[in-house]
Amino acid sequence: MIKITKDEIRILLYMVVAVAILACLPLLDQGYILSLGLTIVMYVALCTAWVLFSGPTHYISLATAAFFGLGTYVVGIGIDVLPFPILLIIAALIGGVVSGLVGIATLRLSGVYFVIFTLGMAELIRQIVTWIQTNFTTGIGLYVLTDFSEAHIYWMLLALTVLIFITGWLINRSRLGFAMRIIGNDETVAAHVGIDSAKAKVLLFLISGAYIAVIGAILAPRFAYIEPPSAFNPMISFLVVIMSLMGGTRTLWAPLIGVVPFTLLFDMVSARFPNHSSILLGIAFLLIVYLIPDGLIGRIEGITKRFSKKKERTHE
Amino acid sequence: MEIIITGILLGGAYALIAVGLTIQYGVARIMNLATGETLVASCFCTFWMFNSLKINPILGIFLIAPAAFILNWAIYSLLLLPLVRRAKNKAMLEVDSILATFGILFLLEGLMLVGFGGEYFSYSFLSTSYTIAGTAYGLNRIVAFLAAVLITGTLYVFLTHTRYGTSVRAVAVDPAAAGLVAINVDRVSAFAFALGGVVTAAGGTLLSTFYTFNASMGVVFTMKALIIVIMGGVGDVRGAVIAALILGIAETATATLIDPGLTIAATYFLFILILLFRPQGLFGRQTT
Amino acid sequence: MRVSNLCKAMSIGLISVMIGFSSVQAQDVIKVGMSAAKTGPLSGGTAVTQWPNLKLWEHTVNAKGGIKVGDKRMPVKIFEYDDRSHPTDAVKNIQRMINKDKVDFVVAPYGTGINLAVAPILAKYGYPHIAVSSITDKGDEFTKRWPNMFLTLGTSTGFAESVADVLKKMRDQGKIGNKVAVVNVADAFGIELAHVGKPALEKAGFEIVYETSYPLGTQDLAPVINGAKNAKPDAFVAFSYPPDTFALTEQAKISNLEVKAFYVGVATCFPAFEKRFGSAAQGIFGAGGINPDTPEMKAYFKSHLEVTGVAADYWASATTYASLQVLEQAIERAGTIDHPQVIKTIKNGTFDTVMGKITFDGNINRKFWTMGQWQDGVFYGVASTGLDGEKEPIIKTGWK
Repeated sequence: MIKITKDEIRILLYMVVAVAILACLPLLDQGYILSLGLTIVMYVALCTAWVLFSGPTHYISLATAAFFGLGTYVVGIGIDVLPFPILLIIAALIGGVVSGLVGIATLRLSGVYFVIFTLGMAELIRQIVTWIQTNFTTGIGLYVLTDFSEAHIYWMLLALTVLIFITGWLINRSRLGFAMRIIGNDETVAAHVGIDSAKAKVLLFLISGAYIAVIGAILAPRFAYIEPPSAFNPMISFLVVIMSLMGGTRTLWAPLIGVVPFTLLFDMVSARFPNHSSILLGIAFLLIVYLIPDGLIGRIEGITKRFSKKKERTHE
Repeated sequence: MEIIITGILLGGAYALIAVGLTIQYGVARIMNLATGETLVASCFCTFWMFNSLKINPILGIFLIAPAAFILNWAIYSLLLLPLVRRAKNKAMLEVDSILATFGILFLLEGLMLVGFGGEYFSYSFLSTSYTIAGTAYGLNRIVAFLAAVLITGTLYVFLTHTRYGTSVRAVAVDPAAAGLVAINVDRVSAFAFALGGVVTAAGGTLLSTFYTFNASMGVVFTMKALIIVIMGGVGDVRGAVIAALILGIAETATATLIDPGLTIAATYFLFILILLFRPQGLFGRQTT
Repeated sequence: MRVSNLCKAMSIGLISVMIGFSSVQAQDVIKVGMSAAKTGPLSGGTAVTQWPNLKLWEHTVNAKGGIKVGDKRMPVKIFEYDDRSHPTDAVKNIQRMINKDKVDFVVAPYGTGINLAVAPILAKYGYPHIAVSSITDKGDEFTKRWPNMFLTLGTSTGFAESVADVLKKMRDQGKIGNKVAVVNVADAFGIELAHVGKPALEKAGFEIVYETSYPLGTQDLAPVINGAKNAKPDAFVAFSYPPDTFALTEQAKISNLEVKAFYVGVATCFPAFEKRFGSAAQGIFGAGGINPDTPEMKAYFKSHLEVTGVAADYWASATTYASLQVLEQAIERAGTIDHPQVIKTIKNGTFDTVMGKITFDGNINRKFWTMGQWQDGVFYGVASTGLDGEKEPIIKTGWK
């Protein structure tokens, strides 16, 4: 085990304070701000879980909706039979197994093939769930009626986000993380020094998929009524990719920087211009691509480096 | 027999959706997520011309195609070329083009929503039956299929038998090397992107004669197009057409013989199967 | 435990302060918010049945100076939001409307799922929730859980059983035979209806010769129609959704499906349906309906076209407008915009609307149109759960 440095302890302290402050949000406001906060935490959790895999591997996965939907369905099916925490564990297991299988299947694919494959996978899972429900159950919708308030869901998501961060941090410190960094830089080199890149990738994809499934499961009570089009909404996959890329994928923190302004912008635009929100969002998107090429994290890093000239600029 | 003809007709429609994208992605290296919106926009134009100006959709193609060419040329040169120039490697361009075309997707969808609202649109054109081997088929679907044959055939001949077509293929194989042999890569890429846009728009016009559409439906077509492009092998017109036909027949066979509820599942199953055994697509070049 | 009690107490306090504040505050306008789909898969239906009616209602109410509250008239001010056909966005929008825009009333969103997703929030703040485009058999359970919720459009059972009833009537009159083909779209509405409809048809003595389902959004339905055709049915029943309703009809026309009764589900009643199929629409059955001959309905159709520039559909449009009229009349009768009093008024009153008189029995409107038919360019209601003006159904004679 690598020794924990002072810097890391300081970051840990900051994190504890930040989470403690965020956890108080429901005490201050039970309405709109909490609702907005919940959306933000949901996407932070999703994006961080996504970056766990896609950050080091540079693979763009569009399967987020598949794992999310599976998690939601686990709760939808089991809510009347099993207690909620057990359902979360089942969701994690199913998400892990499915993503593990997908991971094994996709080892040979790279680049855009992987992107479209995961999109296809998500649709396939959605179609199969729909078909099963059509033929073997009485209705397509599942009702999840619980006593959870938005505050409860918010707290659960926040706790999970912390868990994802800790996982990411542990991975970075472990042999797996070290291996992933080498793979990310050059897969050939990694193979030559004896790293089983396939196993490492599948493991990361599995962890990421399991977390996404749990996020879906936690959100099920908020949907109240679950049906495939909303649980397996491909828009979730797209938004997660966009927000993560906007923030940057090199560090675990980066998505946070993408999600918060993006969600606020999305919200502001749709509130002020309900009939022109698509146009404005499209323009915003294009501007982001042209003006902030490295993601926001790249920008921020650039600025901080300019101010504190301690570190040398890394050159490619 | 009935399955095969219905399937082939459907495959023709799918080819129209996908061939444009395969050129755009194969040559110009832009993963155009807004391809479905281009298609739907063309549906709207056709609908509007048919309803207000009484222009026959088939003739309409000749009006829409030049417009689509100019528009797509402009999109490429103004919005996408800066990204191509900026990109240090292929992966970076991929990420940038996904983000940028996602923005264009929103923009186009928003413009259509403002122009036409969110309602479903459809009109009746050639919706009479035509009997082949004892079974009736929609005349509009047959016409669309014939047009698809004509369009992809012309495209294929152009790409393989003309000088300019050859330079387009050269860029598709290796942009850097193409530049060395005095091919204006930027220009050829813009041309290919615009050409892809034209094919997609023509597809939209033809599909609008039998599909019901609304402003939010672009993503449905985009997904289908992506799958066919990947199945056929990126940048390969022939591959895309064959993949489209396979899908059309497979879907129809599933619907007729097994259960219509599983048609889309069959599509993705087939797609995943092909990718597992031929990761580069049916006709794709083996990459390192 | 103590912390959560404290936070509960605080939040209750906060809400009561807010509600108290908004009703005590002297105001001139009534703020009404609506969040529904402008984009996404649900936008097609929303664009026809929801948004134009909100506009028409705003226009009509404000033209007469507003809603009469006590002795003064208060015009309405509309707040619009797009939920992108997604429940998460819908909940967020409603929170925003209530807490930031401080709207006085919220108009129900479009879609069964979305309505259920926002129900807990509206119940928490005690806003009346008059759901229209939300068809479910669990109505009684919901209204018990959320006493501020009202359901107006009907139950899946009502719609499905009507199909069996009407076909049975036609068969007993010797108009059609005994064989039925039943297909459905694999989505909430289609599946629920099929599950109730098939046993009902069998119970009525029909023989189901072909049955299947197809995925949502499918427009290539030649295999389905041809499969049905090969089974030689006397009646064809499809519990379908907008894009496939059109596609099935088109394919049936092309394949010349020779049935005496042809039923397609949602969107059959849209004006666009008649516009596309013209005389071929003659005799086609669909879900829902109205009595288009009443003077109120005629006036409604006329002003809908004048004010919004588009034609109303022959089913949920009028019900949506009626739900707004219920809200308006309840506010006027209660003489206040105080939520508990308005809800109480809705529960117990009878309201004069474009759909005729509406009353709520256990928060649910139990009298609704279930089935209609295109006859000479107009979609007439042919079956209902106890309404007047049901038109006699006719048989379908060809596709010309």
